[in-house]
Amino acid sequence: MAESDTELTRWTLLEAREHLRARAVSAVELTEAYLARIERVESAVRAFLTITAEQARAQARAADARRAAGEDAPLLGLPIALKDVLCTAGVRTTCGSRILEGFVPPYDATAVARLAAAGAVFLGKTNMDEFAMGSSTENSAFFPTRNPWDLERVPGGSSGGSAAAVAALEAPASLGTDTGGSIRQPAALCGVVGLKPTYGRVSRYGLVAFASSLDQIGPFARTAADCALLLAVLAGADPCDSTALPAPVPDYLAELAGDLRGLRVGVPREYFGSGLEPGVEAAVRAALATLEALGAAVDEVSLPHTEYGVAAYYLIAPAEASANLARYDGVKYGYAVPAPTLLDSYFRTRAEGFGPEVKRRIMLGTYALSAGYYDAYYLKAQKVRTLIKDDFDRAFERFDVLATPTSPTVAFRLGERLSDPLAMYLSDVCTIPVNLAGLPGLSVPCGFVDGLPVGLQLIGPPLSEGLLLRVAQRYQDATDWHRRYPSLSAEY
Amino acid sequence: MLTREEVDHVAFLARLGLSDAERERLRAELGSILEYMRVLERLDTAAIPPTAQVIPLHNVLRDDTVRPSLPVAEVLANAPAREEDYFRVAPVLE
Repeated sequence: MAESDTELTRWTLLEAREHLRARAVSAVELTEAYLARIERVESAVRAFLTITAEQARAQARAADARRAAGEDAPLLGLPIALKDVLCTAGVRTTCGSRILEGFVPPYDATAVARLAAAGAVFLGKTNMDEFAMGSSTENSAFFPTRNPWDLERVPGGSSGGSAAAVAALEAPASLGTDTGGSIRQPAALCGVVGLKPTYGRVSRYGLVAFASSLDQIGPFARTAADCALLLAVLAGADPCDSTALPAPVPDYLAELAGDLRGLRVGVPREYFGSGLEPGVEAAVRAALATLEALGAAVDEVSLPHTEYGVAAYYLIAPAEASANLARYDGVKYGYAVPAPTLLDSYFRTRAEGFGPEVKRRIMLGTYALSAGYYDAYYLKAQKVRTLIKDDFDRAFERFDVLATPTSPTVAFRLGERLSDPLAMYLSDVCTIPVNLAGLPGLSVPCGFVDGLPVGLQLIGPPLSEGLLLRVAQRYQDATDWHRRYPSLSAEY
Repeated sequence: MLTREEVDHVAFLARLGLSDAERERLRAELGSILEYMRVLERLDTAAIPPTAQVIPLHNVLRDDTVRPSLPVAEVLANAPAREEDYFRVAPVLE
């Protein structure tokens, strides 16, 4: 095919699918283009922990053979990158941690299996904050990922690798996970689309657990339509996950159709406080004006308990994590320090295997659950969670979607927030309430400040992913932020 | 601010071995984080029920029938130490 590697890697997932179906390109050519791109830019971006080049080539050959035999499947031959928190059978899965450095899962996560059954080709496992705890990917035990728009800045976190890979054209799409904003915030900082589905929409089987009442798997891509394609494959009930909703899965691609006339958009005033950078606010307000021009009715609303979200989350999530991470004990898998007694080996294995942020959160969570402190901390936080959810329920009586900045700032510099954990936690002030309420949320690129991307967050009622994706795609049809590429592409 | 004893107690519950430097650092960090959490005390939540999980599912059950599961060899494949079909560990008691 005459297309250069660069042109192939600029295709959206849906464009690539059309070219594959038209036999204009083969899955092998497409995969080789991405592997070449990865080879060219990875030393700068460092999005990947494991690149599965040979497996990808084999999967691509298999996809071409299936197509030649007259078969098709929703993702046949399409390359995807996977956050390293998702179990992939036979492929090292580290969760960004030394405690799982050599762990090879014996099974695929349901999300991974569904993509594979749909014909996807897996390029590799992407870098992340250790056990999904972080907002910058600097907590990876291995190395930080860099923001393709400015290599001295963070890509966001915890799914920084997955976001950066898409932004750097190393993959047309990827999977991440979101517990307090870990898909949406890196999507905003890297200038790509990221979707966190309704809690329960996508099975968590095979997702290494951080906070079981908050975790969700979701897609990154450069368009909302691409995210719709992936969500259609990922979503749905799973007998292996009792928290996966039995609700029917709509035809998300079909739901993209339609205009925004009469759409009621609520803008919560509490998301526009003093911590919001002026350039971010300007880009978001301009995006709201675009939605109005597209026919939406935009009005202010109040979510009065917004300011309590970070405190509630940083009690609930670490508490759940302290239970979920108890399994890393050097017995069944992972890093193990030999010691005279079993108890000693627990202390030493966990001391050496976990990084500082993970230890901080395990300690915080254990404290919040411990006798004498449970009522004042964990139970209190769960009650505040009810108040936050109720705020949203009330807002959705008057509005179809809510629109906010995804992140109060653009990408910050590597190292800038490492000495103050609270400053890092406040990166998630706009995204956390959405996880606490279990609602779907997405981030769509809406502009730049000094060359750094800004994201617009859209939040909907439970199971309204179709609506969110339609609003985001109409916005993208009217703008071209997602067709800009980091200058990485010119040099590399 | 947490006391050193409180930090040691929590670390023991969490089975986390801490160096002296880590203990001091965590003592300060947890102290200031927990101080920030006090903002929640501004809210009167006496009459508010807690939210443990946000979806309307309860008691999702299935019949307890035996089905094929992971082969033992795969279960043990990542084990740091194994003996026959067991995970091998240090003695529980000295």
